[in-house]
Amino acid sequence: MSDFIKQYPAKPKKVYLYGTCIIDVVAPNSGLDAIALLEREGLEVVYPQGQTCCGQPAFNSGYSDEARNVAKAQMAQFPEPWPIVILSGSCGGMLRKHYPRLLANDPEVEAFSQRVFEFSEFLVHVLNIQLDDLGEQQRVAIHTSCAGRRELGIHDAGVSLLKQLKNIELVDYAYEAECCGFGGTFAVKHSDISTAMVEDKARHLSEANVDCYISSDWGCTLNINGSLEHQNMSLRGDYLASFLRQRTDVNNISHCAVSPSDKRDER
Amino acid sequence: MVMQYTPQTFKENSAEALADDTIRNNFRGAMDFLQAKRATVLPDKAAFDVSSKRGEAIKLRCLVKLPELLEKLEDQCKANGIHVHWAETCEQATQIIDDIITAKNGSKVVKGKSMVTEEIGLNDYLAEQNIDCIESDMGEYIVQLGGETPSHIIMPAIHKNVEQIAELFAERVPGVEYTTDVNSLIKVGREQMRQLFLDADVGISGVNFAVAETGTLCLVENEGNGRMTTTIPNTHIALTGIEKVIEHLADVPPLLELLTRSATGQLITTYVNMISGPRKVDERDGPEEVHLVLLDNGRSQAYADEELRKTLACIRCGACMNACPVYTRIGGHAYGTVYPGPIGKIISPHLIGLEDSKDLPTASSLCGACEEVCPVNIPIPSILQRLRVETNKKSSSAAKIMRGEGSGRSFIEALGWKGWAFFAVHPALYRMGTWFATRGRKLIPTFNNPWTVSRSMPKLAAKSLREQLKERG
Repeated sequence: MSDFIKQYPAKPKKVYLYGTCIIDVVAPNSGLDAIALLEREGLEVVYPQGQTCCGQPAFNSGYSDEARNVAKAQMAQFPEPWPIVILSGSCGGMLRKHYPRLLANDPEVEAFSQRVFEFSEFLVHVLNIQLDDLGEQQRVAIHTSCAGRRELGIHDAGVSLLKQLKNIELVDYAYEAECCGFGGTFAVKHSDISTAMVEDKARHLSEANVDCYISSDWGCTLNINGSLEHQNMSLRGDYLASFLRQRTDVNNISHCAVSPSDKRDER
Repeated sequence: MVMQYTPQTFKENSAEALADDTIRNNFRGAMDFLQAKRATVLPDKAAFDVSSKRGEAIKLRCLVKLPELLEKLEDQCKANGIHVHWAETCEQATQIIDDIITAKNGSKVVKGKSMVTEEIGLNDYLAEQNIDCIESDMGEYIVQLGGETPSHIIMPAIHKNVEQIAELFAERVPGVEYTTDVNSLIKVGREQMRQLFLDADVGISGVNFAVAETGTLCLVENEGNGRMTTTIPNTHIALTGIEKVIEHLADVPPLLELLTRSATGQLITTYVNMISGPRKVDERDGPEEVHLVLLDNGRSQAYADEELRKTLACIRCGACMNACPVYTRIGGHAYGTVYPGPIGKIISPHLIGLEDSKDLPTASSLCGACEEVCPVNIPIPSILQRLRVETNKKSSSAAKIMRGEGSGRSFIEALGWKGWAFFAVHPALYRMGTWFATRGRKLIPTFNNPWTVSRSMPKLAAKSLREQLKERG
């Protein structure tokens, strides 16, 4: 797991964006915010219209053949050798770690997987982004997805981005590294256990007494926000790219999102 | 008699455990304690990565050579005067042990802590033969006194708090009054134990590492009961799974170091027993006879598949349980298997078949906390995913990989994933699907499902990201 040294490319002119299926239909504004930040750094962002889903739902449910077909179709959408910036640690783990296992006989899979970078790690390690915080004083917590934390090792990237914001106090909270209980079909097949996990996560985050929590994974955020809303708790999570953009864009200063899915997306 | 759980009712068992605040608090508290202790002796992640890589390499090397090493172990043990027996099934193992005890006219057995003896159901079997078999490990003693099974492979009675143990002792041990003073409780156990060791005809133990090169059986423990069990009675029977064999004596220290740190947060256990045969002519103590029973019970099925074989690298430290967000909440009994937690989910299907254990591989969010702490880097999440594939696959006449494979296949679910994959490989169809879904989002009925029992339903956006970007050009 930690036996590899990740090589980062020099800052490219063009990148692909892998938007993920959740952002596509639930939180498109998160995708637009990520694109705005990348473009602000001088990159051209290419979004292949033929991308659908990474195949993880089928893969994790034990349908490897179906997932393999989907994975092949995704790879075909990204033919140029540009880096692929992906807006989720979970889907990122799928493309980077599980595609090589799933498509072991495909000669192109290694090169493809090596081009995949999760959004926050790309900002930190490839773009070396410098953020100028224009927002007001706030306390926030961070939730990194398990795949982001353990498969990709990118928790530190999210932390370092938030720490660049001078008016943000990043707060530690109990059981921060613990899973939120989403786990795809696990949340449905073992609903009782998943519920116990997400209710604990919602409580631990609420007890941290923060203005909002930040995540770079919409899967976890839908789960945690959904539980918070169900329990009539006021805390909500915001997407990392949106939060960074809101705090650093002169024309776009606003506060933490207040709804389980971004309110702007419902218009 | 206390309720015995089965893996077939895993969902009901876990729901019951989740509703029990005492279980939730006992496990969370104990697991936090164990993890904190582990952290004190493994403070440096980079150093742990190096030593766990070494541990992994040793175990995988030994597993590749498993058949060869087992033969070597047999030869060396015999040369040391240890009788070696092979058991393919649990029934064969209990029969072998029964025969040894009968040949010695034994009626009293004392047992050191051993999960493999739980696996073969030894206590119940011997009770049926009117042979007294008493647990000498404090945790196991508590569990046996309560008519229960271990809830953790290292801390068998971890599901109980001090008050519950105090009540149990006051109720079941003659002449003992209720006290929550831990030292007094341990003293009670010790006094009960002392005479048992002296009276026992046979001592039964497990094995942590069986060294092929020298025919040495290593047994790690803290209470001294393992040493008493293996040296005082005239006959010692060691029972172990075949995967515990390692090649060289020099393989012991790196594995031992990982085991004690990961299991109990100790640099070394109080006792490390290296058993190399029965009492010799000029020796003053030790058993007259030593037997080693090697158990397969489904392990060779795991061995036959390169990916599943990694399951057998486990050194039974229990760290995966302590780190697991599922185990921490439902405890060990809910699994209904001898080995609970993450390692239980991947080993049990080989021991009891996938049909009876098919709910276990799905009971994980694949968060990877288990793999992160595993001292021999077993890729538990990947193996869980593989077991899901085995559970769902279409039964065919082709050579079977696992007993019970395909037993969890649901026609509807398989059809659903096929349909889903069809959409996901046809972007035009997928686009149309998301177009209709986003346009018709207000029409999608909200109905009760396993998601909405505890969470609000995600709301779809008015227009997908793809569409917005297409319009932008």
